[in-house]
Amino acid sequence: MSGIVALFLIIGIAFNCLGAIALYRFPDVYTRLHGATKATTFGSIFTSLAVVLYGFTKWAYTGEPRFCVLAVHAILALIALLLTNPTGAHAIARAAHRSGVMPKRAVVDKLAEREGKW
Amino acid sequence: MGSYVVVTILSYLFYLILTMSSGDLGLWSSSELVVGIPVALVAGLAGGRVFGEYVPASLLNPIKWVLFLYYVFVPFFIAMAKANIDVAMRVLTGKINPGIVRIKTGLKKSMSLTFLANSITLTPGTLSVDVDEESNDLYVHWIDVKNIEPEPAEVCGDFPQWARRIAE
Repeated sequence: MSGIVALFLIIGIAFNCLGAIALYRFPDVYTRLHGATKATTFGSIFTSLAVVLYGFTKWAYTGEPRFCVLAVHAILALIALLLTNPTGAHAIARAAHRSGVMPKRAVVDKLAEREGKW
Repeated sequence: MGSYVVVTILSYLFYLILTMSSGDLGLWSSSELVVGIPVALVAGLAGGRVFGEYVPASLLNPIKWVLFLYYVFVPFFIAMAKANIDVAMRVLTGKINPGIVRIKTGLKKSMSLTFLANSITLTPGTLSVDVDEESNDLYVHWIDVKNIEPEPAEVCGDFPQWARRIAE
């Protein structure tokens, strides 16, 4: 079981690392947000799942309720993350576009066409 | 009235989850169980109006909850895994072809549109930027534009159908 926990942690850390590299490699705010959402979706889902799995297995072995609480709180943190991450990314992207930051290297920008800026 | 009751009950359940394993009565202590009731009543009074206004009553249907859980764990998770690997390759190779495209969603309610926009943003490679409030079309920043005027299925698969089934 600790092997699966370690595997989840490795997947999570690998995708979080790629998210950080994406912030460095991509050219503008919109493409960087893709990197940020990737880090939170796969990276943080798997690190949280590792905590959930660890908590539930420890609870099954030892019967101490604090491990169950650990797992349940990790699930709550995961739900909060999955609700707030897209909302925040969407708000940043919309604010950037409204304040005139155009996507770099873009082949099409329908939103700027609507506003007559393209 | 119904929405106030629903929010109060949900707040109380949420309070119980947060205060798990605090004491003697099973997982909870008796004082937490008592204090939770006024807290849930205040939260229900404050949140009930919002719930009734923005969230359609059809969301209380338990079949939709089952569908929602299935959607999160099967079609959405598979789409997300594929997109994650795709964007991971783009991070390493630097091959991007970005642009903002407009997709027709055909959704009518703000709740289902929120659901679809959040699904699109959570999937790496697509990011919803803005919404056209008259036609409910979404403006999506797409990291690999294959088609300047795409069908919704090219950008986000069958997410719009799921959004209609679950949140409308």
